[in-house]
Amino acid sequence: MRYDVNSALAIEATGLIKQFGKTRALDGVDLAVPQGRVLGLLGPNGAGKTTAVRILATLLRPDGGEARVCGYDVRRDAHQVRQLVGLTGQYASVDEGLSGTNNLVMIGRLLGIPRAQAKARAAELLSRFDLADAAGRPAKTYSGGMRRRLDLAASLVGRPRVLYLDEPTTGLDPRSRTDVWRMVRELVTDGVTVLLTTQYLDEADQMANDIVVIDHGTVIATGTPDELKAKTGGQVLEVVPADPARMNDVSAVLTELTRATPLASENGDRFTVQVPDATLLPGIVRELDNRGIELAEFTLRKASMDEVFFTLTGTRNQS
Amino acid sequence: MTAIVIADAPAKRLSPLTGLQNTFTLTWRSVLKIKTNSEDLLGLSLQPVMFLVLFTYIFGGAIAGSTHKYLQSALPGILVMTVIFGTLGTGLMLNNDISTGVFDRFRSLPIARWAPLAGAVLGDMVRYIIMVAVTLGFGMILGFRIENNPLAAAAGCLLVLAFALAMCWVSALLGMVVKTAQGVQTFSFLAYFPLVFGSNMLAPTQTMPGWLQAFVKVNPMTSLTDASRALLVGGPVASSAWKALAWGAGIAIVFAPLAVRAYRRRT
Repeated sequence: MRYDVNSALAIEATGLIKQFGKTRALDGVDLAVPQGRVLGLLGPNGAGKTTAVRILATLLRPDGGEARVCGYDVRRDAHQVRQLVGLTGQYASVDEGLSGTNNLVMIGRLLGIPRAQAKARAAELLSRFDLADAAGRPAKTYSGGMRRRLDLAASLVGRPRVLYLDEPTTGLDPRSRTDVWRMVRELVTDGVTVLLTTQYLDEADQMANDIVVIDHGTVIATGTPDELKAKTGGQVLEVVPADPARMNDVSAVLTELTRATPLASENGDRFTVQVPDATLLPGIVRELDNRGIELAEFTLRKASMDEVFFTLTGTRNQS
Repeated sequence: MTAIVIADAPAKRLSPLTGLQNTFTLTWRSVLKIKTNSEDLLGLSLQPVMFLVLFTYIFGGAIAGSTHKYLQSALPGILVMTVIFGTLGTGLMLNNDISTGVFDRFRSLPIARWAPLAGAVLGDMVRYIIMVAVTLGFGMILGFRIENNPLAAAAGCLLVLAFALAMCWVSALLGMVVKTAQGVQTFSFLAYFPLVFGSNMLAPTQTMPGWLQAFVKVNPMTSLTDASRALLVGGPVASSAWKALAWGAGIAIVFAPLAVRAYRRRT
């Protein structure tokens, strides 16, 4: 038997609502992910990212709205959806008491793969995820990065069409992060559709074709990484004058040269401002020097989540 | 651009046979964990040894006049106690599987909804078989003798195991409704202690005050102990064995659906 999905959307959610007691975790979220694309679901802790993933993986039932995976409804056709998706949770959900091999063989067997093939698939995935040397050791002896890789391997045993990665790199060191990123990229070249949740702008930027920013259960921005970066400036300049009395002069220079509104820090000792273009910096330094403003600090860094939220919503993010 | 995906269509529903196969895979997982976790295995074996030594030598002289005489009547009871306390492990393991996210993985797979529960319960049977073997083996080292024919003794062990299978669901329910592993332990002991000790396992019923006798007489643990005693060392079997079986069936019929329901809600 064969089936066609005429819609190009691997994931389609409209007006998702989920209520936990008095908190509304999701308040009308729409998502659309075309086949073979990577959607980054970006937001701070408690924004509703995990709730959305759990609904799309059939682990939670939405209180309102609809969600379809490859055309199958997550409520009515849950069994079909489960055959199409793979889930890698925020907290590695491997069985710590079992070895890497046995974790994967168990999942293969649960998916109805004959024992010999399940073993072969386990070995293949373990070597692909650099875990061949640790294959026989209980997962509880694995490092955080190894566990995350095993979890990722576990979600791939059944060759899912759609993969959910719920904060796949939270708590990992930079090297393990790049490892996970590389492995996810390889999957995408195989045609897997990925929904990635993350708190990190740069992760969404690195991995995703499209980004949806959510906060307090609602979508506050959507676009490609470049579109969002253009909107949010991407980089932030932080200026601290040696003499606090010169704060107003600093503000004037920054406003004039960046054409953006500088934002004073809460204790009033520094300004931050979005800079679309690093070539502005020499001019700013020169102008500050011309006006005789001595600097205690002058740093250019990537926009933090907080600043992205400020730009997108105009209010400071509370969480 | 329209991407048209052509692939084998996912199956509409699960056959009951697949559900059984899922259950066996998850039973295999539980057994594998017992095998690889040496601490668990040691604990399983030491608990009956401790019960036997403590109860035989503390109560033996006082209750039966001699430790040997006491052991003959107490061991079948200690067998029941060991296995019933052993069922606490089911709830703890399920609770752990939920809090570590292992059950989320199972639930995201196209497997029978009840398989993780059934697999955990079946896998635990292996633990109980180990406990029964250690209790009998060590009991014999201490001087216990089976006074009935081997077939009857085997039936006694099977009866205790069957009852444990029913009690597993009580423990499973506790593991589902109580939030933390700590809480599961506390509540399980609160429920199990009166049930286990409020029986004729360790002391004859007629030495107890009337109100307690009333409880002991209706306590299913008393019927189970009577039946296990009769099958191991002789005595009238039928009425207590039927009572124990009926209790076991009743407990399973009530608690298995409750546990499955709690599992669906919790996860």
